[in-house]
Amino acid sequence: MNEAMFAEYQEKFTCKFPKAVELFPDLLNDAVSKLSPQGVEAYLEGANFLCKIGQGVEPVLVYMEVMPDIAAHFGQGTNKMIADYGYQLARSPNKKALIPFLSTLGHVCRRIDKIEDLELYLQIIDEYVDKTQTVIHGHHSVHESPGMVALLESMPQLISKLCLKGIQNFIHYGASNYANSPNDQIAYFKLESHDAKSIITRERQGTTFKDVARHLEMLKDCMWDCDLPFQTFATAFDQLRKPVPYLDETIIAVPDVYENENGISGLNRYRATLAHMMAHQRWSTKLMADNFAPHIQLFISVFEDSRVEYLAIQKYPGLKALFLSLHPYPEKGACNDKEFSCLRYRATRLSRALLDENFDSENPLIEEFRQKFHAVMSEKGEDSTTRDMAELGSLFYVKSRKQSSDSMPKMFFDDTEVSYRDDNRFIWFHYEEYDEPDEIMPNEYEPEEKIIEDPNSLPPRHYDEWDYISESYRPDWATVYERLHPSADAGYIDYLMAKHDNLAKRLKKMIEALKPQNKKRIRFQEEGDELDLDIAIRSIIDFKSGQVPDPRINTSHTTDSRNIAVMLLVDTSQSLNERNPDTGQTLLELSQEALAITAWTVDQLGDKFSIAGFSSDTRHEVRYQHIKGYSENYCDEVKARISAMEASYSTRMGAAMRHAAHYLDAQQAEKKLMLVLTDGEPADIDVKDPQMLIEDTRKAVEELKGQGIYSYCITLDPDADEYVETIFDNHYTVIDHVDKLPEQLPQVFMKLTQ
Amino acid sequence: MDISQYKIENEPFYDAQSNEVELYEAAYSARLPVMVKGPTGCGKSRFVEHMAWKLGKPIITVSCNEDITASDLVGRYLLDANGTRWVDGPLTLAARYGAICYLDEIVEARQDTMVVIHALTDHRRELSLDKKGELIKAHPDFQLVISYNPGYQSLMKDLKQSTKQRFCALDFDYATAEKESHILQQEGKVDAETATKLVKIGEAARNLKGHGLDEGISTRLMVYAATLINQGIAPVEACKMALVRPITDDADIRETLDNAIEMIIG
Ligand SMILES: Nc1ncnc2c1ncn2[C@@H]1O[C@H](COP(=O)(O)OP(=O)(O)OP(=O)(O)O)[C@@H](O)[C@H]1O
Ligand SMILES: [Mg+2]
Repeated sequence: MNEAMFAEYQEKFTCKFPKAVELFPDLLNDAVSKLSPQGVEAYLEGANFLCKIGQGVEPVLVYMEVMPDIAAHFGQGTNKMIADYGYQLARSPNKKALIPFLSTLGHVCRRIDKIEDLELYLQIIDEYVDKTQTVIHGHHSVHESPGMVALLESMPQLISKLCLKGIQNFIHYGASNYANSPNDQIAYFKLESHDAKSIITRERQGTTFKDVARHLEMLKDCMWDCDLPFQTFATAFDQLRKPVPYLDETIIAVPDVYENENGISGLNRYRATLAHMMAHQRWSTKLMADNFAPHIQLFISVFEDSRVEYLAIQKYPGLKALFLSLHPYPEKGACNDKEFSCLRYRATRLSRALLDENFDSENPLIEEFRQKFHAVMSEKGEDSTTRDMAELGSLFYVKSRKQSSDSMPKMFFDDTEVSYRDDNRFIWFHYEEYDEPDEIMPNEYEPEEKIIEDPNSLPPRHYDEWDYISESYRPDWATVYERLHPSADAGYIDYLMAKHDNLAKRLKKMIEALKPQNKKRIRFQEEGDELDLDIAIRSIIDFKSGQVPDPRINTSHTTDSRNIAVMLLVDTSQSLNERNPDTGQTLLELSQEALAITAWTVDQLGDKFSIAGFSSDTRHEVRYQHIKGYSENYCDEVKARISAMEASYSTRMGAAMRHAAHYLDAQQAEKKLMLVLTDGEPADIDVKDPQMLIEDTRKAVEELKGQGIYSYCITLDPDADEYVETIFDNHYTVIDHVDKLPEQLPQVFMKLTQ
Repeated sequence: MDISQYKIENEPFYDAQSNEVELYEAAYSARLPVMVKGPTGCGKSRFVEHMAWKLGKPIITVSCNEDITASDLVGRYLLDANGTRWVDGPLTLAARYGAICYLDEIVEARQDTMVVIHALTDHRRELSLDKKGELIKAHPDFQLVISYNPGYQSLMKDLKQSTKQRFCALDFDYATAEKESHILQQEGKVDAETATKLVKIGEAARNLKGHGLDEGISTRLMVYAATLINQGIAPVEACKMALVRPITDDADIRETLDNAIEMIIG
């Protein structure tokens, strides 16, 4: 740019803020290098315009900084478009959002491609504003949208995870669910709340662990016969250090989402990650980390990773193509060792060479170690050790060390990360570990869940909850902890049974009538197990008298068979402690009696049957207590658990039903029945709207129906009709005289399963 | 009645898992009733056939099912030109003429049906044909063998103690990897490498037992897969068809096994 040109542009720039004048030459230079002369003029017009909207110099400067790139990509028209949009913001109650809007615009534009997308982006922000700025009636004034600034500041993160459609859904969820709680809304848009994370996970492209969990669980059992549990870590929020899969003595940690990579699906990436870690689990032993310098550790890791993969491929040859498709291919000469430390680059090329026999390393040292490695492996196979690799790794590092390059401050990272490999903490142990184990496990790997230290409990599971107002699910909203119900004296249950001796006798008759051994006689059979004398004699007479005899002279028997799986889900919330003033019995005691008798009945019938109790203390803790499993007989242990039942907390029924359903779902049966025994409506202390959990439970019933599970409610609340019908349609029984429960529960059951 | 039609001419191939052949011979020489237990398709029937051949005795096999009744075993009256006529059932035939009677999958039969074998399987060794009014003393060569899959045990289907306790039992399981591979080479006519891979698939599936699969892949299905491969079907296809589709309708299990197969076959 010559001086004349500069002067010309300077004249056109009418903004006189001193800071703007001072920075003008640099900014202009940048613009001129990226835009056409008309483009530069449009750019300056936009700047002049923003100068006059009464927001000071800051927006002008941010605008001038980001626009050249944007206008170069999307066309000079964007200058005016953005300046106008800025003006509109500045005039609105959301004027605080102007700077965040402008300063994150560059990030957003780098992730989108077409001008239509940029228009859509602005439209999405407008939608949010429309939804959230509060109009105070009668005052003609409008209040700002509480989450606007937070939202725009989070935009670089959002746009790096989600497409615009996903962002739109994300915003929509936050705006509608937190319309009345500004602080929660802000936390949501700052991406601090659990929901924000869940929604992002839901909206992300790629494969979530949740979608493929069962498959991976089975793959782990079936290919590796390993019973370590999986645990996921969130990937959406660590910008600086991306967490890496890891394996230790207690868990297999994998990311919550895998996007496609090199055309390999998220599912296949999970499979590769699993296979790699399982190979470590099977074949790796530990090395003392303190014995090796960090650089040497890197190369030992490469050899060890390659060794366990070699063995895995030997066992499962199909893994080779999978590993190859994901393993980076660092091009020859990509790393300039005058500028960078090529340590990682070298390690990854070595790793590729060990995996891929078609890879031409063009490097005599790598070739030499490739041969050494393969010599060890073909000689020793499964008897090769992590130690062997420690030797190769150390030797390789010593031979390949280039003082000049490895110590360069800047590390060359391109194409060096093998994304399906874990961080290899599994193969290292540290001398200090004995004193300060916390130091070794960095915080970023802390599981999000609070872990309940109880050997009888299972890892928590999360369930979506239905929000009838926004008509959408709140993902992973309720956390269900399942544990084994404590036990007391089994004799108590036998005592209760004895008390109901007469009832048992009556039930026995009904049971006999339902029992599958019950035979029906079928007459007029050509083949059967007994001669039907009446008919046979008639046939003989027919025959002797020259007529065609009826050959169907036998009778046979058939049995009508039952193939039912039942889940009895018992409410154990606080309200069951209520005492019946006449009898002095609590609802809980009645429930225990009813359970004992029903369990006995179902046991006699031989149906598949399980029992669990549930209660809840906010969505963060739904308790699900295992009383009887499908594979357990109705034995003393089960009785002991029933006898120990206690009532406390609230009734988050939907989550409990969804959890119970996943067991019922796994049963092989023609008919699946979930009986819910409760004394009141679904409710919990963290939910104010009484309809909310009723609607959620209704939704749960609907979901179960979709899975072929028939839900039926037996309620002790005489006033239940309104809500119980909403939830269970007409599949319910209200027990008006609660002391009849022990009698009615088994009968309801038999009626349902006739 | 020519009982020799039930004799087995050619040696059925049987690869012994351990010393079951000797044990069976000892039981037979004392005419003790034998129960062979084990999962489906692990070679129980093949073993019994092989033993019948080895001992040179005729064998009459009855596959039991829910509808089988005592008269299906013992015999019944049929109608013919002269009125009604008694026809011996397979159990009666074996007892009368001296054969091994093999009741396959006995749990399938209802418990009351099995009571008919009681007198035959204790010191009395006799069978009473109530309807015909005849009491048969078992032929000296007669022996009763039943097979039984303990995996199926459920409340509804189990043998009565009084039935169980009339037999000595041989426990079978799927053969070891090496033996199973040998069986596949013999029966399915595949090479050693293919056989080994099939065995690995079997092992993988057996790990899923209890996690959604009731039983693992049987040796029988593996023989099928080998046979299909021998017919020229691509191994992955053959395995999916013979090993996966028959045993599960669960989409996740199917996907898991399919993937394991692809990984193993490579
Ligand atoms: N030890 C063995 N030697 C030879 N072949 C075997 C052996 N074990 C299994 N097989 C093969 O497996 C097939 C199935 O075996 P078999 O029919 O004996 O099973 P089974 O145990 O009787 O099963 P089921 O309980 O379902 O009747 C046989 O046809 C044979 O091909
Ligand atoms: Mg058989």
